[in-house]
Amino acid sequence: MAHGSALARERRRAAALFLAPMLAVLALVAVWPLARTVYFSFTDATLGSLDSYVIVGVENYRWLAEDPDWWRAVRNTVVFTVVSVTLETMLGLVIALALNARLPGRGLLRAAVLIPWAIPTVVSAQMWGWMFHDLYGVVNEALLAAGLIAAPKAWTADPDLSMTAVVLVDVWKATPFMTLLILAALQMLPRDLYEAARVDGIHPVRVFFRVTLPLIRPALMVAVIFRTLDALRVFDLMYVLTGNIRETMSMSVYARRQLIDFQDIGYGSAAATALFLVVALITVTTITLGRVRPGGKGGSG
Amino acid sequence: MPLDTGIRRLAAAAALLAGAAAAPPAAAQTTVTIACSALGIGHQLCREGAEAWAQETGNAVRFVATPKSATDQLALYQQLLAAGSADIDVFQIDVVWPGILGDHFLDLADHIDPAAAGEHLPVLVETATVDGRLVALPWFIDMGLLYYREDLLRRHGRPVPTTWADLEQTARLIRDAERAAGNDRMWGYVWQGRAYEGLTVNALEWIDSFGGGTIVGDDGAVTVNNPQAVEALATAAGWVGTITPQGVLNYTEEEARGAFQSGNAVFMRNWPYAWPLVNGSDSPVKGMVGVAPLPRGGTDGKHTGALGGQMLAVNRMSAVPDAAADLVRHLTGAQEQKRRAMRGGYNPTRPALYEDADLIAVNPVVADLAGALPGAVARPSRQAGQLYNQLSAELYQAVHRVLSGSAEAADALAGLERSLERLNRRSRR
Repeated sequence: MAHGSALARERRRAAALFLAPMLAVLALVAVWPLARTVYFSFTDATLGSLDSYVIVGVENYRWLAEDPDWWRAVRNTVVFTVVSVTLETMLGLVIALALNARLPGRGLLRAAVLIPWAIPTVVSAQMWGWMFHDLYGVVNEALLAAGLIAAPKAWTADPDLSMTAVVLVDVWKATPFMTLLILAALQMLPRDLYEAARVDGIHPVRVFFRVTLPLIRPALMVAVIFRTLDALRVFDLMYVLTGNIRETMSMSVYARRQLIDFQDIGYGSAAATALFLVVALITVTTITLGRVRPGGKGGSG
Repeated sequence: MPLDTGIRRLAAAAALLAGAAAAPPAAAQTTVTIACSALGIGHQLCREGAEAWAQETGNAVRFVATPKSATDQLALYQQLLAAGSADIDVFQIDVVWPGILGDHFLDLADHIDPAAAGEHLPVLVETATVDGRLVALPWFIDMGLLYYREDLLRRHGRPVPTTWADLEQTARLIRDAERAAGNDRMWGYVWQGRAYEGLTVNALEWIDSFGGGTIVGDDGAVTVNNPQAVEALATAAGWVGTITPQGVLNYTEEEARGAFQSGNAVFMRNWPYAWPLVNGSDSPVKGMVGVAPLPRGGTDGKHTGALGGQMLAVNRMSAVPDAAADLVRHLTGAQEQKRRAMRGGYNPTRPALYEDADLIAVNPVVADLAGALPGAVARPSRQAGQLYNQLSAELYQAVHRVLSGSAEAADALAGLERSLERLNRRSRR
């Protein structure tokens, strides 16, 4: 391990050589577009005049900060993320625990659970759009028949319901993802721990909270961070299901509208950069919180 | 920026793959690719018309189906054209797009007989002329119309409404009577309320029918914040949940037609394209539908129908500009326009065809339209130029807030005035 030894130097050189292609690709597909977006966010470029623009400093960001629609989009995205990821995590945990039990036809059941995740979001959003239709949608039909609502509801049009509809579709779609990751974690748990708990006569609920949950927490955190990142970037669901209305507009829908509909590359890039910063901030916070908690409590089994 | 361009090309190619029904190109002939709408039976008619041209000239055509919503269509076109792509030669474009996309299109005056342009309605040719260049030829004209159920009006002894107040009263009366008779899904009036260009059109019709102007004046000044406009929006907001289902706030043209054609609405606002469809052999309301100009705002208001329609333009980057321009000439020709009008209800842009007896016999809407055309109102796309999309988005969002009850008409219009003025200032930075 001596710092100056020839072998160590040789190894470092080899490592750099092996890493170089990956770094080059990353720079090309991630760093360069990102840098370009950040650069454009300080200009007044439009889609029609990408070659002649003026540097306008932080003017785009000032407009962004003044735009109530942007702040509404930030709020929508955060609310959507918190609610949908929480529901998906809890449902995913419950379903994974059920699937982890020894049941007949378990393999088939596990495959079936994955179906919503396998359907492209645009397709499932359109499908749910029809199911949510106010006049001939099956959702209203079922709820009316069950006596849960008195009159058909306009799920995707009513400003009080549209976000609920979007969250419902996301939960339907992403719960299988959570289930799968949690199930994988559950199957890795050592069986002897549970045998010891049974011998000691510990209540199953207590076993869950003291043994299962701490042990799967690392995997759970990874799943939650993945889903959070995904949810913060949400676009297709709102775009197909509810369009451009303020009640459900996410940050991505907002940025796309400026970039594509309005051809305003400068302002749109500012929105995209701000989106990136918000996502980065929330991810760092989540990871930090996720690290602190198991350290304080996790202990040994 | 080779990378950005590459990515846009990739997106464009994916869109092409998704929508294209490719015909194998033969060696000697020229292949022209045309993007035309998938709305209603438009795509089928476009295909037949272009294939007839191909047969006549010995060339080949390829079709690209475009997205259903106009906003998505424009976004796709912008990406393709800004990337300098030559993948599509002929574009079907909306009447409000020449100002936005014109730079990317060929000056058709260089490729066709100038007299051919003079055979179209002058106002349309004016719209298609950007900086002295004829960037498109008009293909068909659209105007907002009121569809009504003749049978229901007769059964309940009501005349065709001429003011919005009449319409509201009639709709309410028939809806209540029909619901009492067991048809519990009956509604009064359906239109386009989703937050998109279609709502801009509907709102413009309401506002103008009350004498509230056209959002932006001829001189570019924002005029939308006036008492008549407030009254118009408040009236429309009053329909939602009473004569109009709340779901209309997420309806485009096809959803409105779905509700009307399945027999669940007394009145519908739609374009002429819906006429042959609601009278199709599989339509439950076949033969029970009439068409009239949209109602007036009040006794001193006016019948207003927003001017719509589509044009055909040729990509400046096209590898086959002459063949593409010739296809446009064929498709916008008198014979093809007549065929499209008779088969699909696409109304001609040539005044001469409005006196065609065959056409009037098949499509009585033409006779209604001929009289209503002079009163048509254009969207403020000319005044707004490049900023039209921003203007439209500000408008439909403000109106959507009023309709969904999250804002009062007066507040929303005052806010809209401020946003439009801010937009105006920003454009001059």
